[in-house]
Amino acid sequence: MTGLVAIPIIPGVNCEHDVAHAVRIAGGRSAFIHHTDRALPAETGAVYIPGGFAYGDYLRAGAIARFTPVVEAVARAAADGMPVLGVCNGFQVLCEAGLLPGALARNVGVRFLCQDVHVRLETAGTPASHRLKAGNVLRIPINHGEGCFTAPAEVLDLLETRNQILVRYCAADGTVDPADPVSNPNGSLRAIAGVTNPSGNVAGMMPHPERACEAILGSADGRPIVESLVHAAQSAPAPQSAGAGGR
Amino acid sequence: MSGPPLHRQLGLTDDELERIREILGRDPNRTELAMYSVMWSEHCSYKSSRVHLGRLPSAGPQVVLGPGENAGVVDIGDGLGVVVRIESHNHPSFVEPYQGAATGVGGILRDILTMGARPIASFDSLRFGLPVAQPGRSDPDGDDTGTAKQRWLVHGVVSGISGYGNAVGVPTVGGEVVFDPTYAGNPLVNVMALGVMPLAHLQRATASGPGNAVLLVGASTGRDGIGGVSVLASAGFDEGEDEKRPSVQVGDPFEEKKLIEACLELFRSGLTVGAQDLGGAGLTCATSETAAGGAGGMDVTLDTVELREPGMEPFEILTSESQERMLVVVEPENVEAALGVCAKWEAPATIIGHVTGSGRLRVGRSGETVCDVPPESLAEGVSYERPMSRPDRITALASRDPHALLPRLGPGVVPGEVLRLMTSPNLSDATWIHRQYDHQLFLNTVVGPGRGDAAVLRVKDTRKAVAVALDGVGRYCRLDPHRGAALAVAEACRNVACVGAVPIAAVDCMNFGNPEKPEVMWEFSAAVDGLREACEELAVPIVGGNVSFYNETSGLDIDPTPVVGVVGLIDPLDGIPAGIGFDGYGDVVFVAGTTYDDLGGSEWAWWNHDVVCGSAPTIDWTAERAHNAFLVDVQKGGLARSVHDVSVGGVAAALCECAVAGSTGAEVELAAWAPDLTMEDALFSETSGRSVLSVPPGVAESVERLAETHGVPLHAVGVVGGDSVLGIPVSDLQEAVTPAW
Amino acid sequence: MATTPAKRITVTIRPKAGLRDPEGNAILHALAALGWEDVENVHVGKTVTFDVGADTDDAARAEAEAMCRKILANPVIEDYEIVVGDTGS
Repeated sequence: MTGLVAIPIIPGVNCEHDVAHAVRIAGGRSAFIHHTDRALPAETGAVYIPGGFAYGDYLRAGAIARFTPVVEAVARAAADGMPVLGVCNGFQVLCEAGLLPGALARNVGVRFLCQDVHVRLETAGTPASHRLKAGNVLRIPINHGEGCFTAPAEVLDLLETRNQILVRYCAADGTVDPADPVSNPNGSLRAIAGVTNPSGNVAGMMPHPERACEAILGSADGRPIVESLVHAAQSAPAPQSAGAGGR
Repeated sequence: MSGPPLHRQLGLTDDELERIREILGRDPNRTELAMYSVMWSEHCSYKSSRVHLGRLPSAGPQVVLGPGENAGVVDIGDGLGVVVRIESHNHPSFVEPYQGAATGVGGILRDILTMGARPIASFDSLRFGLPVAQPGRSDPDGDDTGTAKQRWLVHGVVSGISGYGNAVGVPTVGGEVVFDPTYAGNPLVNVMALGVMPLAHLQRATASGPGNAVLLVGASTGRDGIGGVSVLASAGFDEGEDEKRPSVQVGDPFEEKKLIEACLELFRSGLTVGAQDLGGAGLTCATSETAAGGAGGMDVTLDTVELREPGMEPFEILTSESQERMLVVVEPENVEAALGVCAKWEAPATIIGHVTGSGRLRVGRSGETVCDVPPESLAEGVSYERPMSRPDRITALASRDPHALLPRLGPGVVPGEVLRLMTSPNLSDATWIHRQYDHQLFLNTVVGPGRGDAAVLRVKDTRKAVAVALDGVGRYCRLDPHRGAALAVAEACRNVACVGAVPIAAVDCMNFGNPEKPEVMWEFSAAVDGLREACEELAVPIVGGNVSFYNETSGLDIDPTPVVGVVGLIDPLDGIPAGIGFDGYGDVVFVAGTTYDDLGGSEWAWWNHDVVCGSAPTIDWTAERAHNAFLVDVQKGGLARSVHDVSVGGVAAALCECAVAGSTGAEVELAAWAPDLTMEDALFSETSGRSVLSVPPGVAESVERLAETHGVPLHAVGVVGGDSVLGIPVSDLQEAVTPAW
Repeated sequence: MATTPAKRITVTIRPKAGLRDPEGNAILHALAALGWEDVENVHVGKTVTFDVGADTDDAARAEAEAMCRKILANPVIEDYEIVVGDTGS
């Protein structure tokens, strides 16, 4: 049986309870996986790496976390096609681990930013976005000090041609302007807020969809993303060997 | 060595030394002397304030635990309790604003954790000197109290709260920032934290059961924060060596995060019989308090305390204020499991002793006993009834009528006066601060910072929500500490009522000058009486508090500043409460409550005209209660589009804030809410018990009827719409409130 | 501790040349505002220092190089510089 959303817990991560809550209201099941675990549970159908400050973000956000056994297990599962979504610190971990291109540098205004932003969905049809249409504008909060997406120009070109850009920061009407400090507050290159790997099963984004799943909290626009992942987890084929990606 | 005797250098009086000798039946050794000096300090023993604090009302049907515990606990039904605590970190924040504020956050989170609750929110009340010069006055820049220094302090403190709070994973969901020259040499950093937990899981801060193991969990112990007792080092070693020893505590949010997870799992698994965080006075405080509250004795060895630096002396280990540490008491058969939980979360833990029934706190190092004292003699501290005398200043200020010194305003100058008022840093937009705080973690934040007069946090898996507001009014207290303290309670209660919550409990943080001055002591006592009066009148028990004395620089004391945090309950929460911004064209604008000619201590008189004298604003308790009840009913019925309390800057500032928050103006008839008063009184009076509401025209009549039922005067003063208010374009107001610093 | 002689390594990690450096920029502006107007090229990085057992400077440097590539620096956004010296003791 599949369908479980695995939530890796690396010391210093702090959005794990929020992710579990969002997965539950999106109709899914989740389980916390301790950072020392070398394999994901057999029933894992997707992985949601939560935000926070893994290892205090010491040295660099995600730099130490990527070497934990659980992240290595996630990397193996990802290579086998497992849907993986990393949000905020989770995105930083995936970049550091080389599972996603680019890096997240210090916000252009230096300061930490916790605020709502608008993002435009660029690539539908991935495990994290199949419940949305390209062009959908979502209001979702960001919460980071190092979220300025950075990569060499040729990498950025490739990301565009290969449809690896998941979401871009935009104005409320969907207009993207990378030079606009209001709509692109952390100064991300080409206003990129989230990307995927070439095959699309691994995705990372700085905005927190799990924080925007209920109207009482101000926005439910993030819910389709969580629902996409939950649905992908439930429809993923059963792993061929016990312990998805485990050895 | 020359100079005063050691005990005086440690801050102990000759009488206190004599008392220690009586308790021990001998002379204390150096280590014991250090331990008594920290435990009998003002900070730990409340020795000047204790005789007064008993007057505060702390009982109530919902109070589970009141003052004297690590945190207060209030029953909110469904078997749940709200755990709440407030504390000051003023002095450390002046020395090193980032670390001072950061460790202030860390310390209070551990207080909540000690009760067994996960801390889910924190709030800050911050006070600084002026970050910009007052209109028409020169900037004392370059000076240690100048605007540049104040800006540095604000930025440092805000970064410290953000840096620590965000990383440790506790959202900062509200608070206040106030600027006044009185704080230029002594900023105030008060931090409040809150947890919600099943009452059945409350932890005890006692060491019971002789034979039980005592574990020290968390960060290693260094020489942090031992500045006060470092004279001991120089007494025995080379002079000057202590200068190298930092007394600034450095916070590590990552260690704290691991400590929180480890402790919560220990508590949940029932592996502990008691727990106590290490804060002021470090191990000395944690061991003596838990022993005194439990079986009565404890044997401790310093040999297994993980040290960060070599060569630490016993007194240093015992009084170190290194952060992110917790003492837990565990039955022998659970020790292995407890150490396993700590290892799982990578929180270092060692056994440092065991509980005894000996009635003594015995501490050993390398086989030698370095301390053998009755723990309650440390924990209970000392208490003084210090002399008091009414400051002459109060009589002098009260005798001057501010109206005599202030201009009479014709309608033509109103826009200019209002716009100038709105450039006061106390009315500035704090979005730049709130944005730096994670205020959403845990998915509870229904109303976050800046969106309403109080923060609103839903309680998951129930229909309830708690609201929290934090207020203090130093300038009123300069005029009248009794009424000023009462006004702080009134404002905080009104703020939670504005979001639809019924106030259920309060905590107080008393920031005062030097208690050895009779005038300061009188102010303190008067403020306690003011708190008592207000809490009784508004039926909110005080469930915890903190006293910070010696807020003085070069002999100048700060204005007496009681800061009050109020927790309110919304049950049930039926949607997002109306915020403060005007939003609906054509909505009727109401001013609720009665306005009197209260310009004494007002923001307008001070900021625009540099006048601070007269009486603090009027409070009418019957009207205050009625107004709060009215606001709760308005929110419950979903009748208003916006609700905003009237406080600093009067109705004028409130209208401007509603307009800026909603980016929408209003057509308002000047002074329609107080036709019998002068223009300046109507606009800028700070009478308590008032609010500005905007209401869709269709329900205006219901709101009027509701006000009548509650006996609240309600004045229809205008209509929402357009792009200006009080004759000022909203865009100009937006610019005025955006800090340029 | 290691029985081989120790070398003291200092790794300086900086934002990659040509990359936007908001922190450096903020300091540049602050300096200019305080009157140091002819300051340029302000960058903020971090320094990692450690002692490593190695017989030669080259061996120590090779070790530090490997550390930088694996964990200490992120080549997408950071450059690094290694200085090998003797330990103070």
